[in-house]
Amino acid sequence: MRPDPTSRPGSGPDRPRTGHSGHTSCDGHTTRTMIDTGIAELPRRVREMLADGHRLALAAAHHDGADAPGGPAIRVVYLFVKGPPDSRVELHVRLDPDTPALPSLAHLSFPAGRFEREMRDLHGIVPLNHPLPRRLVRHPHWPRGWYPMRPDAGPPPPFAEPEGPFPFLTVEGDGVYEIPVGPVHAGLIEPGHFRFSVVGETILKLKARLWFVHKGIEKLFERRDVARGLPLAERISGDTAVGHALAYCLAVEEATATAVPEPARRARALLLELERLHNHVADLGALCNDVGHGILNAQAQRVREQLLRLNQEVTGHRLLRGGVVPGGAAVRALPDPARMRAIGDDIRDIVALALGHSTVRDRFAGAARLDGRAARDLGCLGYVARASGVRVDARQAHPFLDYGDALTVPVHTSGDVLARFLIRAEEIDVSLALVETLAAGLTSGVTRAELAPGPASRSAHGLGPGPASAPGPASGAGRDDLPGRPGPLLKPGSDADPGSGLGPTGRLPGPGAGVGPGGPDVGPGVGAGSGTGIASGVGIVEGWRGTITTRVELAPDRTLARVKVVDPSFFNWPALPIALADTIVPDFPLTNKSFNLSYAGNDL
Amino acid sequence: MSAVGTVAVLAQIVVVVAGAPLLTGLMRQVRARMEGRAGAGVGQPWRDLRKLLRKQPITPVGTGPAFRLAPLLLVATTLVVAALVPLASTATPVRDSADLLVVVTLLALGTVILALAGLDTGTAFGGMGASREMTVVALVEPTILLSVVALSIPAGSTNLPTIVAHGVHDPARLASPASLLAGVALAVVTLAETGRLPVDNPSTHLELTMIHEAMILEYAGPDLALIELGAQMRLTVLLGLLTSLFVPWGIATGTAAAALPLALALFAGKVALLGAGLAAAEVFWAKMRLFKVPELLTGSFLLALLAVGASFFLPGN
Repeated sequence: MRPDPTSRPGSGPDRPRTGHSGHTSCDGHTTRTMIDTGIAELPRRVREMLADGHRLALAAAHHDGADAPGGPAIRVVYLFVKGPPDSRVELHVRLDPDTPALPSLAHLSFPAGRFEREMRDLHGIVPLNHPLPRRLVRHPHWPRGWYPMRPDAGPPPPFAEPEGPFPFLTVEGDGVYEIPVGPVHAGLIEPGHFRFSVVGETILKLKARLWFVHKGIEKLFERRDVARGLPLAERISGDTAVGHALAYCLAVEEATATAVPEPARRARALLLELERLHNHVADLGALCNDVGHGILNAQAQRVREQLLRLNQEVTGHRLLRGGVVPGGAAVRALPDPARMRAIGDDIRDIVALALGHSTVRDRFAGAARLDGRAARDLGCLGYVARASGVRVDARQAHPFLDYGDALTVPVHTSGDVLARFLIRAEEIDVSLALVETLAAGLTSGVTRAELAPGPASRSAHGLGPGPASAPGPASGAGRDDLPGRPGPLLKPGSDADPGSGLGPTGRLPGPGAGVGPGGPDVGPGVGAGSGTGIASGVGIVEGWRGTITTRVELAPDRTLARVKVVDPSFFNWPALPIALADTIVPDFPLTNKSFNLSYAGNDL
Repeated sequence: MSAVGTVAVLAQIVVVVAGAPLLTGLMRQVRARMEGRAGAGVGQPWRDLRKLLRKQPITPVGTGPAFRLAPLLLVATTLVVAALVPLASTATPVRDSADLLVVVTLLALGTVILALAGLDTGTAFGGMGASREMTVVALVEPTILLSVVALSIPAGSTNLPTIVAHGVHDPARLASPASLLAGVALAVVTLAETGRLPVDNPSTHLELTMIHEAMILEYAGPDLALIELGAQMRLTVLLGLLTSLFVPWGIATGTAAAALPLALALFAGKVALLGAGLAAAEVFWAKMRLFKVPELLTGSFLLALLAVGASFFLPGN
C-alpha cells in the first residue's frame, strides 16, 4: 500500500491504494483499489463510482478492536465492481464505535439502502436519513438494541415480546383484500411470508417478508480456520455449493496471495457449469409443472437425476460438494462427452415440447414482466437481469479463467416468464458446450496449491507499531515478506509455485504495518484492510443464480476474521414484487419459480 | 319392477361409493405411468381415506354450521344423485323423480355448500377459492341447462331415464348434430365442474392457483375424507351420466334381473375407460390462465346453444 494517512476517519484527502490481489483472474491477477474516505466524502465518492458504471456489489461492516491499527472503530467497506475489464474499488469508512452512523446512500443506489438496513440490524450502524428505516433482517421478536454481529454480542438472548405486527403497507379501497401466504408453504420450499394486496384477482402490491432462516452464517465463519470455513460456504445455499465455495476460495486465495494452477481453475469452471446445468434443468421442469404440464417436469427431473449421478461420479457428492477446495479443485472423474450430448438432446426435446405447447407458451408469455430499467435500478443479477436485457455475467466481467470464445451470454429483453425460461434453456446449451471444452483439457485428480503462508503469518504480530514490513516477523515463514515494503504492488503471484506457496504479494500484512503511525512506508499492504492489519480478499463468481460476491478478511493468525457473503438473491428479491404488479394472483407461483430466488442465501 | 329396481338403485350407490376412489386412483395411475413415473397404485385414494377417517376431527376456531355441515351435505347430495341418475338401470322406483333439472340442481347445491364452507373459514384462501368457484359455476350452469334442453327436445321430456331409454331404443339419435354438440358442451363443463385440467389442477400444491382445493384447505381428518369422497363421487357420477346419455348400450331398461349385473359391469367398464381416457388426455394438457377459463366455458355455452338450435332444425333421421 502506499502510505496511507487516511486510515483514520475523516482524515485528509483520500488516496487510493492499489492492492494487488490474488491470482484469480484469467491473466493471473486482479487489482483492487482501496480508498479510505471520510464520512462527509462518502456520498460524493459513491456517486462518482456509480456514474462511472460501477455497481455496488457488497457492503460490509467490520468491528476493529483497540489493537487494530487505527484504533477501535467500525469500518464499513463498500465494494464497487465493473467489468469487463475487471475493476474492483473499495471505499473504506471508519465510524465511531460508540455511536456509529452513516449518511444513507439509498437515494443513490437501491441496493445500498438494503445493505444499510442490514448493517443497522446486525451491527447497529444507523443510516441517517434513510427513506425506509425499517427492520430488514431482525424480526420483531428479536430484542431491540441487541446486534448479533458485534463482537460483544454474546449468545442470542431469549426472544422478546414482538413489537407489534410487522408494518405491512395496507392498501385500502373498495374490494381490496389481503392474502397472507407462508412462511410455511404447501410445497417443499423454504420459508418466506408474502402479503398480497389484491383487488379481484389482480395484485396491487406484494410485500415479501424474509429472513426466517437467518442462521448467523457470517458470525459462524468468524474464528474458523480457512479449511473449516469451506464446508460452511458450501452449505450457504444447498443448491449453490460450487458457487459459494468458489467465491469463498477465491477470496481466501486473494487474501493469502495464493496462485491457483490453471488446471485447477479449469476444473472449477467445469464444476460451476455442472451446477448450473442441474439447477437450470430442474427449473425448466418446475416451470412446466407450475402450469399443470406435469409430464415435462417428470422428464426434466429424470434428466436432472442423471446429472446428479454424474455429479456424484465427478466429485463424490450429488450436489458437487468437495469439488472446490482452497487453492485448487478435486475432480474424481470427468464427464463423458457422449453422455453430455445425450443429456443435451433430452433437454432440447423438453424445451421444444414446452415452447410448442400453446397453453404453456401462453402462460409463460407476457407473464410478470420486469422491465430493464427496473432491473438495472434494483441491481438485479443473473438470469433475472439477463431476461430483462441487462447483460451482467461475472464470467465475462470478473473472470478467473480465460473462457475464450466458448462463452456466450444469452440476453433477452422481454423480461417475462418466457424470457427467464428461454435464458435458462440457452444457458444450458452454453454450459454443455463449456463442459465439453473444459473437460477436454483436464485429467481427474486433485490439483491444488498450498495456501501461501505468507501474509497471514506475518501479520500475526501486525499490531505492533513497527513497520510491519519488517521481514521475519515473529511467526516466521519469512518468505512472505518477499515483496518487501517498498514494493507497493507486488507482482501477481502468478508465478508463484503453487507448492511453495509463497505469497508474493505481501499484501496482507500491510495492516499491522499499517498501524497508525506507520503511515507511509509501511508495508506493501496491498490487500490490507484500511490499516487494520488484516489481509482481505474478494471472490466474484457467476453462480447459477447470478453473481456471488464474497469478501474475506483474515486475522493475523490466519483464521477468518470476517466473511461477508452476498448471494444474488439479495439483489433480486426486491424485483419480484415489481414484476408482479398488475399480475393476477394465480400467476404468482409461476413467477416466483421463474425467479427461483434463494431464501437461505438471502437470509444467511 | 320394484324388487329388481330397488336392487339396481342400491347397487348403483354401492358401486359409485366403492368405485369412486378407485376411479381416481386409476386416473392418477394412468397419468403417472404415461409420465414415466411408478405411481402410487389404484388403491391409494382408499388408503388415504382410511387414514383420514382414523384421524381426530378438528374444526378451526370461528367456523360455523356451514363449515361443519358441508362435508355431510356434499356427500348426501351426491348420493341422491347417484341413486337418481340411470347408471345401471332406467327402470327404478325413483325414475319419476330423476329429472335432469333436479340432478343439475343437486350438483350445484353441493358446489354452493362447499363455497359457503370456504367463506365460513374466514381465511383469504377460502374466500378466494369460493369466489373463483362461483365464477366458474356461473358459467357452467347455463351450459348444463341448455344442453339438457337440447337433449330433452327429441325425447320430449327432461326425465333422465326417459332420455336414456330413448337413446337406447333409437341409437341414431345419439349421432344427431344436437346430441354431439350437447355432448361436447357437457364434457367441457364436466371438466370445469369436477376441477380437472385445463380449468383447475387437481394435483397442485400451489395454494394460490387452486380453485376447488382452496375452498377445502381448512378441512382435516374425517371431514376431509368426506369432502374427498364427495368430490370423487361427483366425478364418477358425472362421467357415468355422460356415458348413459351418449353411450347408453348395456344399461338395463326392463325388469329382468339378469341384465342388472351386466349393466353394472358395463357401467364400471365404461366409466373406467372414460376416466382413463380423460387422464391420458390431461397428460398433454396444461392449466389455462385463470382469465382464459371464461373463454373456454363461453365456447362450450355456444356449443350448447347450437345444440338447442340443431335439435329443432336438424332433428336427425
